[in-house]
Amino acid sequence: MNPIESLIKDLADQHGRKRESLLPVMQGVVQQEKFLSEYSMVEIAREMDIPAAEVFGTATFYSFLETKPAGKYIIRVCRTITCAMKGKNQLLFAIQDMLKIKTGETTPDKRFTLLETNCLGWCHKAPAMLINDEVYTEVTPEKAREILTGYMKDI
Amino acid sequence: MTDYKIHLLICGGTGCKSSESDEIKKSLKYWIDEANLKEEAQVVLTGCFGFCEKGPIVKVLPDNTFYVEVKPSDAEEIVKEHLLKGRPVQRLLYKDPHTNQQISDSKGMDFYKKQMRIALRNCGFINPESIHEYISRDGYMALGKCLTELTPEETIKEVKDSGLRGRGGGGFPTGLKWEITRNSEADQKYVVCNADEGDPGAFMDRSILEGDPHSVIEAMAICGYCIGADKGLVYIRAEYPLAIERLTTALRHAREYGLLGNDILGTGFNFEIDIRLGAGAFVCGEETALIHSMEGLRGEPTFKPPFPSVAGYLGKPTNVNNVETFANIPVIINKGAAWFSEIGTEKSKGTKVFALAGKINNVGLIEVPMGTTLREVIYDIGGGIKDGKEFKSVQTGGPSGGCLTKDFLDTPIDYDNLLAAGSMMGSGGMIVMDEDDCMVSIAKFYLEFTLEESCGKCSPCRIGNKRLHEILEKITKGYGEEKDIERLKLLSNVIKDTSLCGLGQSSPNPVLSTIANFEDEYLAHVQEQRCPSGQCKALLKYEIIEDLCTGCTLCFRNCPVGAITGERRQPHYIDQSLCIKCGACYEKCKFNAIKLS
Ligand SMILES: Cc1cc2nc3c(=O)[nH]c(=O)nc-3n(C[C@H](O)[C@H](O)[C@H](O)COP(=O)(O)O)c2cc1C
Ligand code: SF4
Ligand code: SF4
Ligand code: SF4
Ligand code: FES
Ligand code: FES
Repeated sequence: MNPIESLIKDLADQHGRKRESLLPVMQGVVQQEKFLSEYSMVEIAREMDIPAAEVFGTATFYSFLETKPAGKYIIRVCRTITCAMKGKNQLLFAIQDMLKIKTGETTPDKRFTLLETNCLGWCHKAPAMLINDEVYTEVTPEKAREILTGYMKDI
Repeated sequence: MTDYKIHLLICGGTGCKSSESDEIKKSLKYWIDEANLKEEAQVVLTGCFGFCEKGPIVKVLPDNTFYVEVKPSDAEEIVKEHLLKGRPVQRLLYKDPHTNQQISDSKGMDFYKKQMRIALRNCGFINPESIHEYISRDGYMALGKCLTELTPEETIKEVKDSGLRGRGGGGFPTGLKWEITRNSEADQKYVVCNADEGDPGAFMDRSILEGDPHSVIEAMAICGYCIGADKGLVYIRAEYPLAIERLTTALRHAREYGLLGNDILGTGFNFEIDIRLGAGAFVCGEETALIHSMEGLRGEPTFKPPFPSVAGYLGKPTNVNNVETFANIPVIINKGAAWFSEIGTEKSKGTKVFALAGKINNVGLIEVPMGTTLREVIYDIGGGIKDGKEFKSVQTGGPSGGCLTKDFLDTPIDYDNLLAAGSMMGSGGMIVMDEDDCMVSIAKFYLEFTLEESCGKCSPCRIGNKRLHEILEKITKGYGEEKDIERLKLLSNVIKDTSLCGLGQSSPNPVLSTIANFEDEYLAHVQEQRCPSGQCKALLKYEIIEDLCTGCTLCFRNCPVGAITGERRQPHYIDQSLCIKCGACYEKCKFNAIKLS
């Protein structure tokens, strides 16, 4: 069994193989692999005995279930109203400039993916961003550069 | 909180945590050890105090001293001066913005004076990771009372009599919903807590789950007892890592204490709670979509009826309530329906938590009795508008709500008044706007949000909102015509009438309410191609102020389209018919001779 197959099998053992376990299983794969490849979706379909088209249809509905390869660190910058009022654009430019990628892209070394997302619920501390499971608030361009430098050092 | 004489409460809410509350805790502990106060003083990391604007916050009990913007390096002084010598550290106290006086007791702060905390009763008072502290503040007493003294019917009657209405937006009477679910016959039923909070500007539910997770667990168990369910599910958005962590810990503790699981408190009642994570789709906050998402399907809403109370998760009767709704339940059971129904207005009982954000001095979380006016919320509690600017509007109800003007400042806030004013209670986000905000752009902003989050199942919402957005785009770009305002209204009403779910049905509200309340701004855009607040870049006019222009020719050389003319050392001019509003001249001029109007 290859690593993806066994990961999916473990997840299915843990959560069950009923339809209502599909999201937890897909979320488990994304946590490990950062995205759902076509291969993993087919594998999930086989393991859980759900039509592959259904797996694909469900996965593509949710913005946190990436179906494109993503970097080790997924940066999600809030683009919603209060963050936009408080300088989200400058923040985004600073990150784009530093990583040399546009929104939606991944750095060539597969370390960072830059995405925009809707309100993160930190509007009182806008602008806000999420890097994987870490929340950063009141992020000025300088602060963003500092934070990213920290991540860059981390292998 | 028994043995210690002094308690230092540090806010461990996300807002403050990201600004070093862990570090502050460490250094306070260090200096307390140094000062040999280990036996007397305790440091506790609590949930959000609501005053996030001035975080990180440290509160000292019993004297209620409230320190703001504390840094780890301040710990030494707090311990040596305050704890040892009894002299509060003046420079860390909160200063009243009006009187400029320092206030040491948090009860004296305007921010807290008008508040009444029911749902947030424990947030900022207890360590959310300690079940002991929850229990010491009457935690799980309500569950005990229901299981041992009240029948499910009696409990439901209490909730009904309290007048509590759903805090997730719709305002449906909670007791009635429980009764309907109870009366739906089935072999299995479910209690679902909706923690998918996604409205822009809303963060009440996150704070409750981060600051007081047990209150929600207790209430879900009570609900399970009432409707006859032994299984609960919390659907929480993945964007809330700290809330997920705190809830997971709380569930573990509750199980260890026998407050969840089989035969709770020896009464034969079984109840278990699982967590389900959202995956970044706003529409999953809608209850039918939420249920489909938990079933492993695309999170698309379906037509109601059947309501979840009749056929919900896996086709079984399911009671869906919001986090804040649940957080009210234990207090209602403990203090009684009569007590609760004294608070608030005729048809909206109790309190409401609001999240203040935008151009307001004290951003953060507040809880006020229903019937408090917007003026009290914005000026007394919120401390007024930032930088002394003029209040223009407050947006309530998120993308389903509307923008209220000055005229509504004295309207008591409750479900019905907000609806009558063309907005909505929604989940409780309030975004305050000042004179610099363009209301057409704001409406466009909310539509962008809706467009992205529409699930696309029905065409009025999927296509109609797209068209609305295009018209607004056209207006903000300066190509609008007067007929467009009528078009917006007509299309909005069609979308409202024909969309399948609440998202589509309410999505044109920001457009309609801004047209109703700020028609002059729309007219300025379409008649004069002018944006009164100077936000719509495309409508700005760049002009050279003759008196200030030195004729340095810098702008002339930088204009990409040759719109500027003038002789060296003579004032220059901009030909408006050629100018493409790129702003290059404005940025280059060293003499501030170019103005925007
Ligand atoms: C588009 C849309 C989004 C919603 N989002 C939420 C939400 O994030 N949280 C919530 O509690 N209710 C939300 N609701 C309301 C729920 O459908 C449901 O009415 C509510 O959870 C019921 O709980 P309550 O009676 O305690 O308010 C949303 C409704 C719609 C139409
Ligand atoms: S109104 Fe919008 S969100 Fe609701 S079902 Fe229709 S397309 Fe989906
Ligand atoms: S750059 Fe300023 S000062 Fe120089 S010519 Fe232009 S407007 Fe006049
Ligand atoms: S705004 Fe741009 S196009 Fe217009 S006058 Fe200035 S430089 Fe020229
Ligand atoms: S608008 Fe950005 S966190 Fe809410
Ligand atoms: S997060 Fe600390 S006061 Fe709100």
